[in-house]
Amino acid sequence: MLAFTLRRAVQAIGVMFAVGIIAFSMFRFAGDPVNQIVSIDTSAAEREVVRKSLGLDDPVPVQFVRYFADAAQFKFGVSYQFRQPVSTLLMERMPATLELAICATVFAMVFGILMGVYSALRRDTLLAKLFQAVSLVGISLPTFLIGILLIYLFAVTLGWLPSFGRGEVVKLGWWSTGLLTLSGLKALIMPSITLGLFQMTLIMRLVRAEMLEVLRTDYIRFARARGLTTRAIHFGHALKNTLIPVITVAGLQFGSVIAFSIITETVFQWPGMGLLFVQAVQNVDIPIMAAYLLMVSLIFVTINLVVDILYTVVDPRLRATVGRAT
Amino acid sequence: MTEPILSVRNLQVEFASRRGTLRAIDGVSFDIAKGEVLGVVGESGAGKSVTGLAVIGLIDPPGRIAGGEIRLAGQRIDNLPPEQMRRIRGKRIGMIFQDPLTSLNPLYRVGDQIVETIRTHLNLSETAARRRAIDLLAEVGIPAPEKRIDGYPHEFSGGMRQRVVIALAICAEPELIIADEPTTALDVSVQAQIISLIKRLGRDHGTAVMLVTHDMGVIAETSDRVAVMYAGRVAEIGPVQDVVRNPLHPYAKGLMGAIPTLAGDDKRLQQIPGSMPRLSAIPRGCSFNPRCASAFDRCRVERPEPLPRGAQSVACHLYDDVPAESAA
Repeated sequence: MLAFTLRRAVQAIGVMFAVGIIAFSMFRFAGDPVNQIVSIDTSAAEREVVRKSLGLDDPVPVQFVRYFADAAQFKFGVSYQFRQPVSTLLMERMPATLELAICATVFAMVFGILMGVYSALRRDTLLAKLFQAVSLVGISLPTFLIGILLIYLFAVTLGWLPSFGRGEVVKLGWWSTGLLTLSGLKALIMPSITLGLFQMTLIMRLVRAEMLEVLRTDYIRFARARGLTTRAIHFGHALKNTLIPVITVAGLQFGSVIAFSIITETVFQWPGMGLLFVQAVQNVDIPIMAAYLLMVSLIFVTINLVVDILYTVVDPRLRATVGRAT
Repeated sequence: MTEPILSVRNLQVEFASRRGTLRAIDGVSFDIAKGEVLGVVGESGAGKSVTGLAVIGLIDPPGRIAGGEIRLAGQRIDNLPPEQMRRIRGKRIGMIFQDPLTSLNPLYRVGDQIVETIRTHLNLSETAARRRAIDLLAEVGIPAPEKRIDGYPHEFSGGMRQRVVIALAICAEPELIIADEPTTALDVSVQAQIISLIKRLGRDHGTAVMLVTHDMGVIAETSDRVAVMYAGRVAEIGPVQDVVRNPLHPYAKGLMGAIPTLAGDDKRLQQIPGSMPRLSAIPRGCSFNPRCASAFDRCRVERPEPLPRGAQSVACHLYDDVPAESAA
């Protein structure tokens, strides 16, 4: 088990190294950063001073090693646009994105599993068919459209929920949270639904399909022949077996939730990393873009690692094969 | 004879399909007495397993019991509401399925599955149920049961898993066990162990056993009586020695002729020509008539009803004219 975890961790570091190369190469190929910092009428001598102060005159390998060593300590240089350390900017924005992503995932998991189980167990009811239809909409409508429709309905027409921003936030150390104030919670609702809707429909369809599959297996038939109650069979035996693939998908999707939050954050002017990234793209603020790339891949890789480990916790068969393989 | 544990009368099971209703079981009747082992043989699709599932009330839609009655110790059970039938399953009727590899939930320890079943049916505390589970595992011949009880199904071999399945089937002391091809998925040496285990449990607890199989060898070794099924009907039923040594129905004769013997005659094994009809195309009259060497005109028109003949009972027109000895 430990060897398995270690091996996966080494693989993860390899992936991060590759991403680091890509992030670094952005500095080389996205034009001369000095031009972004200085104004048009800056003299060549002044440009050289800036270039030297940023270390851009060193040989490429030296720059790469320096960048990588810094990145490993979460130092991503200084933003061209804000003149502030990128890590500070990211740290300020990260709580907003993570809170949004977690709320969206929780929303997607809870409703996805409930609706999926219901539509598998009561396949022929009207409600189950309605869920199926709704899930089609959720899968096919683009995120920004759902966001705009929600804003139109609940913020503009009904005026129940704020149309943008995080509302009031409370500082807990360096972490700023919107979960503790009423306006913060209200502000979370629409972005979470917008961001989580796609995952919810995905999870619902997955749970439904898996559950129907599991209900056909021999051990469910045998559980019925043993006279277990319907509830024990459905929610004890069938659901647990259903959740194994759901954990994988939901876990892996958490990475894309964070990545996709760019769109949701733009629609709702949510002050998270995604919005920061979009602004950085508009201003060719390469340190922020590179740092965002690294952060998102770090999150992806970490999630993959955690899902792999979680998997073996849930499924005893994997524990055995993993133990044997290592 | 005292009241049989299981009494099936004129059972009919139908499956609704797109092209009309298919009758998988058509007028099956048999009894199983306390402590008796009834073997049910026949080709694939003869309705053996469906009969077993009908008895335990697990025929899933689109299938349904269309007629007849099933009585367990005198109580009619084929028309019980689902919740009452659930209480009978596992408690009064235990079932063993064909494939032990897929019968157990892979995510739960075998002990948890046994304890869960025990506590569903018997009013026992967690610790008492666990003690009983260990005893059961010991009884079905699992070594070091107090250790193995915390194992997961994948940690058991096929034969051991079938023992666990049997422990699960008997954990509430049922009056009847339905074993649906319990040895088919196991290798031969393990088969013999499982068969003798089922036989011993039936004897020790006075449990009646309905043993569904296509293996005549298993039947001959285990059963007291045997029912030969063909195309959803019982062709012949009787004490196992009589049916094996002196089969009456031409189909039963064909089946017995197809068993290889060790007695060294190097004749080719007898085959029954043709194959069993599909449910959608059961011939008129006796369903066996197209394959039967002794079929005559009446067989193609009129369906034979089972008639007693000695200790056996046979559904064949060949025996209609001869007055049955036991019919008084």
